[in-house]
Amino acid sequence: MKAIALQDAVAMIPDGASLMVGGFMAVGTPERLIDELVRQGKRNLTVIANDTAMPGRGVGKLISAGLIGRVLASHIGLNPETQQQMMAGKIAVDLVPQGTLIERIRAGGFGLGGILTPTGVGTVVEEGKRRIEVDGKNYLLETALRADFALVHAFLADYLGNLSYALTARNFNPVVAMAADTVIVSADHIVPVGVIAPDHVVTPAPIVDYLVANE
Amino acid sequence: MDAQTIIAKRIARELRSGMLVNLGIGIPTFVANHVPVGVNIFFQSENGLIGTGPIPEEGMAHPTLTDAAGQPVSALPGASTFDSAMSFGLIRGGHLDMTVLGGLQVDAHGRLANWMIPGKMVPGMGGAMDLVSGAKRVVVAMQHTAKGKAKIVKQCSLPFTSLRPVDLVVTELAVIAFPGGRATLVETAPSVTVENVIANTEAELVVPETVPQMNL
Repeated sequence: MKAIALQDAVAMIPDGASLMVGGFMAVGTPERLIDELVRQGKRNLTVIANDTAMPGRGVGKLISAGLIGRVLASHIGLNPETQQQMMAGKIAVDLVPQGTLIERIRAGGFGLGGILTPTGVGTVVEEGKRRIEVDGKNYLLETALRADFALVHAFLADYLGNLSYALTARNFNPVVAMAADTVIVSADHIVPVGVIAPDHVVTPAPIVDYLVANE
Repeated sequence: MDAQTIIAKRIARELRSGMLVNLGIGIPTFVANHVPVGVNIFFQSENGLIGTGPIPEEGMAHPTLTDAAGQPVSALPGASTFDSAMSFGLIRGGHLDMTVLGGLQVDAHGRLANWMIPGKMVPGMGGAMDLVSGAKRVVVAMQHTAKGKAKIVKQCSLPFTSLRPVDLVVTELAVIAFPGGRATLVETAPSVTVENVIANTEAELVVPETVPQMNL
C-alpha cells in the first residue's frame, strides 16, 4: 500500500476507464475521489455501482458532470438526470438486480467465472443469458464483473491499509475492493497500526493499493 | 381509516416475534408503525442493516446509518451491519421470513409486476427481484385500483418482477391469497362487500362461502 495525494490518485485514472464505486445512495461513497474526478474532468467512464444516487451527491456528481458513458447499477430511480441522459442516448444503462450485481462483483474478486442465481428467471433479466438447471431448480448464469479501478471509502484505514467500515456505509465497499486491478481508498480516519484489531479488519491491507492522504 | 392505514395495519397482523422482515418503500414502510405490542421483529434494510429502528429524533441522525432509500434511521438494541453480499445472501438464502413490497399489477396466479413501466418509468429493480425470488413469504401492499383501473388482473401487461407467485396481496378492499395458483378472496375490509371487491378486480376470484372481515 502507498499513501498518495488525492490529485495524483485520480490522475492515474485515464479517460474511458472502468470504475467500481462503493456506496449506497451516496452513503459510503468516496466523495473526495468523486469530486476530484469531476475537477479533473475524466471522460467516458464506465461506472459499476449500486445506484447513481441523486443529483449533487456521490455518483450523481459524475452523472451531472456528464463524465459517464456507461453505468451498471441496480437502481437509478432517485436520480432523474440519469434517466434523462439514458432517454437522450447519452449514457448506456445496464440495470442489474441488486443481489445479482453484488454477486457478479464478488465472483470477479474471488476468482470465479460467474454465479448461478434464481433471481430473474423468466423475466426480462433472462434475455441473452443461459438458464441452467441444478437438482431440478432453474438458475441464470450471471458472469463475473471486474474493473480497472475500485474507489472505496472506509471508516478507518491504518498505516498499512487495513480497513474497517461504519454501519451502513459498508455496503458495496469491501466487495468492490476485491474486484479491481487497482484499489484506491479514502477513509474518514487514518490511524496507527493496531487501532483496528485483527478481528475487526474487514478488508486486509494487501488488497489496498493506494490510500489517499489527508490534505 | 385511510387506505394506507388499513393496508399497513392488516399486514402488521402477519408479523410474529423473532421474524426477519424486509419492508419496501412506500406503503410497506408504514407496516413498521403498526407492529402489535409485545411482538419483536428484526427489520432488515437491504443496504446492510438488521435491527432498523424508527427515524431518529431531530439532531440525532447519523450520516452512515440509513435505510435502503438513503434516509436516516436508528438502530435497535441487537442490531447488526454487514456488506451487500451478506445482505442478499440473507434474502436469497432462505433466511428472510417475510418481505412486504409495493405492486403495480398482480396476475390471477399471483405473479407480481412492480419495477417498471416501459417507456415511462425505468427506476431499476433494486432488490425487488431478489426479494420476491428469495423470501420465505412475499406480501404485496398496494391500493386495489389505480386511477380506476384494476391492478389484480388476468394477465400482467407490465414486466414481471419474478415468476414466483406472491403469498398474499393486501389492499384497502381485501386480502387475496393464491392457493393452488388461483386468486382467492380471503377477507374483505370493514364495510366492503364481496361484490365491491369483484367489481374492482379484473382477475377471476375464487370466493369461498364465507368471507370474514379483516381484523384490524
